[in-house]
Amino acid sequence: MTEVAVPPTGSPAATGSPAATGSPAVTGGHAPTSAGGHGAGHNGAHGLSHATSTGVSNEKMAMWAFLGSECLLFGALISTYILYRHRAVSGPTPRKLYDIPFTSVSSFVLLMSSLSMVLALAAIQRGDLRRLRVWLVTTAMLGATFISGQIYEFTTFVHEGMSIKTNVTSGAFFVLTGFHGVHVTLGIIMLLSLTGMSLRGKIPQEKSEVIEIAGLYWHFVDIVWVIIFTVVYLIP
Amino acid sequence: MSTSATTASDTTASGTTASGTTATTEEHHGAVPDEPGAHAHPSDGVYIIVALVLGGLTAVEVGLYYLKGGTANTVGLLILMAIKFVIVAGFFMHLRFDSKLFRRLFAMGLGMATFVYIAMLFIMGIFKV
Repeated sequence: MTEVAVPPTGSPAATGSPAATGSPAVTGGHAPTSAGGHGAGHNGAHGLSHATSTGVSNEKMAMWAFLGSECLLFGALISTYILYRHRAVSGPTPRKLYDIPFTSVSSFVLLMSSLSMVLALAAIQRGDLRRLRVWLVTTAMLGATFISGQIYEFTTFVHEGMSIKTNVTSGAFFVLTGFHGVHVTLGIIMLLSLTGMSLRGKIPQEKSEVIEIAGLYWHFVDIVWVIIFTVVYLIP
Repeated sequence: MSTSATTASDTTASGTTASGTTATTEEHHGAVPDEPGAHAHPSDGVYIIVALVLGGLTAVEVGLYYLKGGTANTVGLLILMAIKFVIVAGFFMHLRFDSKLFRRLFAMGLGMATFVYIAMLFIMGIFKV
């Protein structure tokens, strides 16, 4: 998308000849405020371009607002688990069944998926669409590996006699980790959809912000797991 | 089309330009408008180093778990968790480099969640004072 150029009053641009004179034009009622080297590298490294009242991308801001609200959702689930973690009156509790080495590897896999996601973004910002797809598929595969591990863990817990209905602790555990797993699964679907769109040529370099926004979601899912891994699995 | 930032000479009296900075349009790779306070993103090498640091911190966390050091371990684990959180948000989510507006927006949600749920846990008697 192209910014609406509003030339400065009295400048040659205002007279309708910015290209001829090389006069700078101000964008859409607000001017970019980055200067002194901040903008140069940054500008070319980003996607969609349009004027906004805040000076930042509305789409990115919407994603950040959404992620802020997600903090409240996961905050509720994590605090519910903390509240109920020692209140089971019957049946096994998650703590007795945890396989920490296995979950540690899963956590590492999810962390590395964040790396591949950010490399996908860097690739499209360079205009390397082939590497973009490689990294997107890698991220989706790492996410799928994490989900496979979670399914294996859940299955093991159920076989050991701890289902979502066994006690309040197991209920809180399954709801929290299950919600996170659903978020990862949605992220995988989103990544594979983006890969398909890229293969059809629908995500050119100009639309790199689409990948950046998807990446924000993916990294958020990762940092939520950073908290879950510590609070739910590691802290006694 | 793309937009490249250049520095203008002066702000005009009518206020149609912002102080000191303007943008010219030209054929390029379609960039977003410059974000206030934004910086260039790091290179792939930096991302890989950050990922290795995160992996190392995770290994330390697991090591602390097996040390069974009581309260000190718990505090250590929470500190490591916070460091990992900040690193991922700062580098991978680009909060260190993007507009402060995003940082504030996210901090607002995070701060609100932290305050509300810690207050709730206090009320429910989880923390003994």
